[in-house]
Amino acid sequence: MHELSIVSSIVDSVTETLASYPNARVKEVRLRVGALASVVEDSLQFCFGIATEDTPLQGSRLVVKILPVTMHCDHCAQDVEIASLQSFRCPRCGEPVSDLRQGRELEIESIEIEDEVEEKV
Amino acid sequence: MTTRIVELRQGILKKNDELARGLRGQFESAGVLVLNLVSSPGTGKTTFLERTLRELRSGGAKAAALVGDLETDNDARRLAASGAPVRQINTHGICHLEAEMVGKHLDGWNLADLDYLFIENVGNLVCPSSYDLGEKIRVALLSVTEGEDKPLKYPTLFNSADAAVITKVDLAEPCGFDRTTALKNINEIRPGIRIFEVSAKTGAGMAEWLTYLADSRSTR
Repeated sequence: MHELSIVSSIVDSVTETLASYPNARVKEVRLRVGALASVVEDSLQFCFGIATEDTPLQGSRLVVKILPVTMHCDHCAQDVEIASLQSFRCPRCGEPVSDLRQGRELEIESIEIEDEVEEKV
Repeated sequence: MTTRIVELRQGILKKNDELARGLRGQFESAGVLVLNLVSSPGTGKTTFLERTLRELRSGGAKAAALVGDLETDNDARRLAASGAPVRQINTHGICHLEAEMVGKHLDGWNLADLDYLFIENVGNLVCPSSYDLGEKIRVALLSVTEGEDKPLKYPTLFNSADAAVITKVDLAEPCGFDRTTALKNINEIRPGIRIFEVSAKTGAGMAEWLTYLADSRSTR
């Protein structure tokens, strides 16, 4: 249960970014989260609602894209997506795989912002 | 109204990752091997570490420990009995250690004087796996009293470990511990990982563990 501290870091980073967009309101925050990142989306969503109160992110939507775990299989000489977190084996050949290529990501991909004032032409 | 997308592509734990990178550099240039011990509460991290510190010291090595808990300095006092320098980190409710806490507790220690530094994480099999502490080796511990399927239940931690330690093997028989299944499960989650089977009480398996420590130090 460290989702609240993760969400607090998100609020800090986005607030920092907003300094360059003074009149903007945040509509959406998009995350990329690996399936091995040990965070739970429901819990992130719940904490996001709390942590964004009275911040420039209040009322924004959190969109979480879960990335599957990808490992490199030496035997097949290619990256493969593993089907279950209970077995790190190549789904093609069945050999154990230990070279992780994707799955631990925990990042803010982008934010969608809306300028509150009409831009003067 | 204009709507636009601003790309950030930024790690959420960027601050922790940067601090951890700094620590790792510091540890490497000081020549100290740093291990991060992670397990659930009650696995026996402290007892295992007590014995490790004692044996390292009696073999002439210089080892220190940082120990994380929500509250109390009980573990630090226990570990200090080994004679090694030990500091307690109280997280006051936080379920894991972060690089910043580690950095702050190193003040006044001359890392170059140390051969080994052990960081005993808060007892938790979930959250510590997200936080790099600058360690060289992450050790996942599992006791024979916990059930052989723990690695399957907590793949995020076991998959990020560099070594696994099965503790309390002196209790394996009364607990009906299925060793073969446990080893298989660990390997299913982290193929090829080094696994140690130890009892801090009887000393079983300690020699192999100590050899691993010495080898890891020399191949730094």
